[in-house]
Amino acid sequence: MNNKIKKILPQIITVLFVLGIFGFFTFNAQINMDNRGIDFGFGFLNQESSFDVQFSLIEYSGSHSYARAYLVGLLNTLLVSFISIIFCTILGVVIGVARLSSNFLIRNSAAWYVEFFRNIPLLLQIFFWYYAALRALPLPEKAEPWFGVTYMTIKGYYIPAFIWNNLDIFLYSILAVIISIIFINAYAKKIQENQGKQIPVFLISLGLIFILPGLTFLIGGVTLDFGIPVLKKLSKTSYIYEGGIGLPPELIALVLALSLYTSTFVAECVRAGIQGISKGQKEAAASVGLTPNQILKLVVMPQALRIIIPPTTNQYLNLTKNSSLAAAIAYPDLVLVFAGTALMQTGKAIEIVSITMLTYLSISLAIAAIMNWYNKKIEIKEK
Amino acid sequence: MFKVIKKLTSFMAMFAVLFAFSTEAMAKKSKTLKNTQKKGFVRCGVSQGLPGFSNADASGNWTGVDVDVCRAVAAAVLGDANKVKFTPLSAKERFTALTSGEIDILSRNTTWTLSRDADIGLTFVGVNFYDGQGFMVRKNSGITSVNQFKNGISACTNIGTTTELNMRDFFNSRGISYEPVAFEKADEVVAAYDAGRCDTYTTDKSGLAAQRTKMKNPDEHMVLPETISKEPLGPVVRQGDAVWEDIVRWSLNTMIEAEEYGITSSNADSMKTSDNPAIKRLVGAEGELGAAFGLDNDWSLRIIKQVGNYGESYKRNIADPGILPDRGPNQLWTKGGILYVPPAR
Repeated sequence: MNNKIKKILPQIITVLFVLGIFGFFTFNAQINMDNRGIDFGFGFLNQESSFDVQFSLIEYSGSHSYARAYLVGLLNTLLVSFISIIFCTILGVVIGVARLSSNFLIRNSAAWYVEFFRNIPLLLQIFFWYYAALRALPLPEKAEPWFGVTYMTIKGYYIPAFIWNNLDIFLYSILAVIISIIFINAYAKKIQENQGKQIPVFLISLGLIFILPGLTFLIGGVTLDFGIPVLKKLSKTSYIYEGGIGLPPELIALVLALSLYTSTFVAECVRAGIQGISKGQKEAAASVGLTPNQILKLVVMPQALRIIIPPTTNQYLNLTKNSSLAAAIAYPDLVLVFAGTALMQTGKAIEIVSITMLTYLSISLAIAAIMNWYNKKIEIKEK
Repeated sequence: MFKVIKKLTSFMAMFAVLFAFSTEAMAKKSKTLKNTQKKGFVRCGVSQGLPGFSNADASGNWTGVDVDVCRAVAAAVLGDANKVKFTPLSAKERFTALTSGEIDILSRNTTWTLSRDADIGLTFVGVNFYDGQGFMVRKNSGITSVNQFKNGISACTNIGTTTELNMRDFFNSRGISYEPVAFEKADEVVAAYDAGRCDTYTTDKSGLAAQRTKMKNPDEHMVLPETISKEPLGPVVRQGDAVWEDIVRWSLNTMIEAEEYGITSSNADSMKTSDNPAIKRLVGAEGELGAAFGLDNDWSLRIIKQVGNYGESYKRNIADPGILPDRGPNQLWTKGGILYVPPAR
């Protein structure tokens, strides 16, 4: 009995202590806010925001609510994180594999790349891309077309817009393709396990991907036109492109900086993962007659991934949190739109900052959950 | 649980208010004033560098009409206009810095609006500059009026300002689609506009005039004649200290009224023997005006002697550097402007 109390008492005291600190801060904030005539509440979220945002994935203008402005910022944060995660993964894998290349030049340039981009603070890199690299781009009227129809200018990268007719039918066909590929895969696996026969799944899938969506164009009434950016005169000396989609330079700079910076860490994770597989494994695989491609696909990668995934998850989380540096270059992310403009216009500092903190926490937990699920899936399954 | 806390809080607040009332009635002592006198300096929030309003030179000396308001308060309550600690703040940080008690006066070209005054625990004490929002464009663009703005125009501005809201009202009411590019720091806005990222730069007209001097080639830019909003800029204090609020308000009023009566930093002492009782009150030779704040009777004389009257401050900070040589509405009401302050008596 005495022993039990001895064990539990410190824990109870710790919990009470933490609760006490939390309570003190809440109480303190309440008193101070009351004294200064500041109300606490989330009613402002329904009020008209009355400010515009430069760039939004959903329909938004100042006549929408603060809640909508929050959503705009959140989506912009997710957008820049998503694009950067994809780029940094591709780049990271390539560089990571290149670091292990037997070619002297490839190996060393990859090492230099990693050391260079890893050791310069991220904010400086963002400033470099935005203030130095992108500011040196030509004005819209002086831009030369890239690939014939896209224009890289100081006001943004203008690309053709996709103008769809019956887009929903096309999307359904994509969905159908995905579902059928999953089924075919499962079926092929069963056949191989039962009869030892191999079905050319890859070729069938490839065919489906082209044929089904293609059919919607022929008989489904789906059409796709391109809105080509056209130069428009605003005044004697200023121009913009109209008709296409303009990617703001703020987004481009942020994606560049985040992907290049984080790719170095991903590359190191990949290198560590591959090097973590003992040489004997490859030699054993070669001795049973597997081709180099098969060795990589069937022996090295499945094991290496187990080493690569957990630290890479951390890098994805870092990238998402680092995207809040967007505020430094006017990219309208969650911090700039919500914890910036909305906070200023409403003065609801405590409410807005706590919402923002909770949001980043939720995004991080969601990414961690997805990556943990994937990690579980590729774990060694002992039978 | 929450209800209990709320009840307890309101009880505490009531108690605090009662307590505040009783002490105020007895001693006219302000908590902020007491703290300021104990520390020996006035804590003043200013901009991160806006020539004419609040700008630091290479050796860290702050000058400007906003800075002079804080110096006036320091002269009144501490006897020395140099006993001010300036904290440069971005538009985003400024109100939190004041409500959280990091500074005691916010004198940072801040627009007086209803929601700011009533909603977020602040009190505006007056107006030290009547301004309005305008647009800057490149001269070679051929634009000479806001009526020539077309769909797709990109406009650079600051976040967290009334500018962002006025800009929306303006473009929206004219049905013009525009791209707002909002930065946190004024220097970043100027750099973006200067590089050609935006077609126009919008903020208060005084700000446009001041920032133009910082550009690579100021002569290539011009401010359009239209004014799209009212922007009364003035000092702000925290809600809840009525005496401190009065001190800041009347320090500013003293500077304006001193100009009205022709009292300057050089002739203030000789004005003590003036025949005009209004002048005598302003230089502390008659009446007991300082006692109302818990200050001595020379508080206003020190302001005029050490900082000067409003006209001197304007000339030194805004007119002489060529930012806005014409005082426009910021002229005394007796000379065709709208500067009009209640009498000090």
